[in-house]
Amino acid sequence: MTLDSKTPDGPLAEKWDKHKFDLKLVNPANKRKYTVIVVGTGLAGGAAAASLGEMGYNVLNFCIQDSARRAHSIAAQGGINAAKNYPNDGDSIWRLFYDTVKGGDYRSREANVYRLAQVSNNIIDQCVAQGVPFAREYGGLLDNRSFGGAQVSRTFYARGQTGQQLLLGAYSSLMRQVETGKVKMFPRYEMLDLVVKDGHAKGIVTRNLVTGEIKSFAGDAVVLATGGYGNVFYLSTNAKNSNATAAWRCHKRGALFANPCYTQIHPTCIPVSGDYQSKLTLMSESLRNDGRVWVPKKKGDTRKPNEIPEDERDYYLERRYPSFGNLVPRDVASRNAKNACDEGKGVGDTGLAVYLDFANAIERMGEDTVRDKYGNLFDMYERITGENPYKVPMRIFPAVHYTMGGLWVDYNLMSNVPGLFVLGEANFSDHGANRLGASALMQGLADGYFVIPYTLGDYLANAGVSGTAIDSVEFQDAEEEVNAQIDKLLSINGKKTVTDFSRQLGLNLWNNVGMARNEKGLNTALKEIPELKTEFWSELKVPNDKASLNKNLEFATRVADYFELAELMARDALERTESCGGHFREESQTEEGEALRDDENFSHVTAWEYTGEGKAPNLHKESLEFKNVKLTQRSYK
Amino acid sequence: METMTLNLKVWRQKDTNSTGGLVAYTLETVSTHMSFLEMLDVLNEKLLAEDGDPIEFDNDCREGICGMCSLVINGVAHGPWNGAATCQLHMREYKDGDTITIEPWRAQAFPVIKDLVVDRTAFDRIISAGGYVSMNAGGAPDANAIPISKSVADEAMDAASCIGCAACVAACPNASASLFTAAKISQLALLPQGHPERAERVLLMVEQMDSEGFGDCSNHAECEAVCPKQISISHIARMKREYMKAALMAK
Ligand SMILES: Cc1cc2nc3c(=O)[nH]c(=O)nc-3n(C[C@H](O)[C@H](O)[C@H](O)COP(=O)(O)OP(=O)(O)OC[C@H]3O[C@@H](n4cnc5c(N)ncnc54)[C@H](O)[C@@H]3O)c2cc1C
Ligand code: SF4
Ligand code: FES
Repeated sequence: MTLDSKTPDGPLAEKWDKHKFDLKLVNPANKRKYTVIVVGTGLAGGAAAASLGEMGYNVLNFCIQDSARRAHSIAAQGGINAAKNYPNDGDSIWRLFYDTVKGGDYRSREANVYRLAQVSNNIIDQCVAQGVPFAREYGGLLDNRSFGGAQVSRTFYARGQTGQQLLLGAYSSLMRQVETGKVKMFPRYEMLDLVVKDGHAKGIVTRNLVTGEIKSFAGDAVVLATGGYGNVFYLSTNAKNSNATAAWRCHKRGALFANPCYTQIHPTCIPVSGDYQSKLTLMSESLRNDGRVWVPKKKGDTRKPNEIPEDERDYYLERRYPSFGNLVPRDVASRNAKNACDEGKGVGDTGLAVYLDFANAIERMGEDTVRDKYGNLFDMYERITGENPYKVPMRIFPAVHYTMGGLWVDYNLMSNVPGLFVLGEANFSDHGANRLGASALMQGLADGYFVIPYTLGDYLANAGVSGTAIDSVEFQDAEEEVNAQIDKLLSINGKKTVTDFSRQLGLNLWNNVGMARNEKGLNTALKEIPELKTEFWSELKVPNDKASLNKNLEFATRVADYFELAELMARDALERTESCGGHFREESQTEEGEALRDDENFSHVTAWEYTGEGKAPNLHKESLEFKNVKLTQRSYK
Repeated sequence: METMTLNLKVWRQKDTNSTGGLVAYTLETVSTHMSFLEMLDVLNEKLLAEDGDPIEFDNDCREGICGMCSLVINGVAHGPWNGAATCQLHMREYKDGDTITIEPWRAQAFPVIKDLVVDRTAFDRIISAGGYVSMNAGGAPDANAIPISKSVADEAMDAASCIGCAACVAACPNASASLFTAAKISQLALLPQGHPERAERVLLMVEQMDSEGFGDCSNHAECEAVCPKQISISHIARMKREYMKAALMAK
């Protein structure tokens, strides 16, 4: 298989415009003849379904939650980037493009990232017109802040609820299309399979989560916007219902999975407090602007933080990275916290935390100023931990946050299965090996509002109206497989719950395929994950009820896929012997212990092909060419 | 770590058409550090181990923003903490031996689906009746074309922070959806982008709200008291004014 990215020719800045002109159009009167299935109602899916409805397509839109408005995108706090250059501080499309490619550690496609930067400005216009109440300055114009170490202020935000406001904007447009009848909503439906006929994606098989009914839907194309797979680690900042099943089932139907090993670990999360921990809560990394990270110099120091004198503290980020200090990128901050804990210097009951201390900031600016800047974050911390961060330093620890890997797509956001498009966090496209802060919201909305409306039309105009019926053999087969899997899960009747298994798998991944990976650990994972999977299929216990709401059964179908995906993540990480972005291979580091990229051998996307149960997947590579940016090693010393 | 034993009374209901009832459970070794939902997770794991049926309850983000969690705890929607959703409540609120009653949202417009899970799709229908600006992707003017004063933007943001959880309905003696509906109407009435459709919007949304079987607002203010985002009832006053104006104009 050769991977054709379909990147248009011509100068970088002209590619998208030229491509838009070259793409075929569907005649306005013909759009209503096409049915498009959109799975997901997050920023990517919600924006896509609304826009496609506005254009006149018939859209069927699915989500797991009881309402489209509750997709995981709702939880994003920090903000969304755009190259508006309103602050007049030297930003431009080019700079946003450059920063995003560099931030991704040179493992993304130049042309995709450039397009993302180009449409970023349209997104802000669109959202404001929808009534999204972005933060404003006293003069009434939009406010920007600098985020994630960027040297310009390009991040638009709505308090600490940017994701919520953007999603509610997309949701309102979507509800308008529901009212017009162009979009039909299917909440509490879970897609459990993709149906491929004559090589093209023609529909999906779903489970009605309330009645348990297995039901197929046919369409002329399938747009997948089902989010990331961070919950494969069990503990992550993702919502409980975020999962990998839709993407994974597409993979098993032929879609290539790209860069599965690229996960992002966020440095400032509230640490685990006990075995019952069900998820982790992120605190905005803006805290690192004024908080100082430290651990005791002495191992196993059990004194209270306030009793540890200044000269017995190790402000390790300031010490190791004098020019960036506490503001080093996410991966560097996360890895250093882990190292400190591995050395036995971790703090708190579990020893798996480091301090983030505001004492100096309070002394310097006064408690009121600190409250103005971070009050809501401090409240959130206190609500969860019961500790007052104005008095005692916060305890933080890294947590899985985002997955850069995902289904492989070309420039049109179409997977290698014709008619299957993948948007948002579910695809691999724009963030390379590491995502910059405030760029996932940008990508989700870019894909949904401004890319898919063009590229989908080209596919449909070429493929024509399919007229595939759900009683065709392909649908029947897929439904049967889905039913068989559910029956199998229900019939095991073992002793361990799905939570037990998910936790165990997650811990294994965290230890072996987490912040730092090495050959030994990855081989351990590759041995242990299949063993655990075998145990899952013989020891699982789920309430035996498939005809009503059954959360345990839902999670069981998801965890079944996690085992397979986890194995692929370990395999991909083993294959990539370089360090890059969020993927730190211990064997590939500089003398100072920093990540060392290997551009000669790894300047490519890995795209894995499923070959069958228990068989080794095939590896395909899309090589990355950088014609517009010069590759440099990141340094934050 | 401190632990305690709790007496729980939980609403169990097989499906919409069955009658439900409170079932008592004793749960030991509950840590004070747990969240309320983690406590229920632990209970569910225990029920599973004893071949029982786990309790179904809605939740997703577990950080107070998605609006999915929806429990009435000892008679109070979202429980005892002000400005917090159920998922943000932590067990240090309780002490050894406490009895906690857990029930679903109750309102005619929200049929119980199972146990503590209810159907809130009526809220989606209220929004689709008019809770938007009618504009298509692609045609928007520059984002800074219309300046909006900071105070107006801030007030719109206060209203827009509604998470659609429906605690306001659960707490209201009339099961009114006024706070939820008003929050959206108010946001779009404050912002210039919402002005062209201002009158039509309030009429359509209020009509939809009424037709879903929600009750009238008679100013009890219970909604504001339980709202996890502390949405002010002043938005209901604005909605009423908007409605009067629009109704007059329509005549
Ligand atoms: C706590 C947190 C804070 C963040 N903050 C920021 C930030 O400040 N800035 C930023 O740029 N990014 C941020 N991110 C990342 C960003 O929020 C996400 O990457 C992005 O919102 C993903 O959007 P999406 O549309 O791809 O998917 P999601 O929002 O995850 O939506 C997935 C949708 O798919 C549906 N779905 C999934 N599987 C199925 C299935 N099998 N069948 C049917 N439906 C299905 C779900 O119901 C849902 O509707 C943050 C992430 C987290 C976790
Ligand atoms: S107004 Fe408050 S209580 Fe009502 S739905 Fe919105 S957030 Fe929930
Ligand atoms: S679970 Fe999302 S608000 Fe409670």
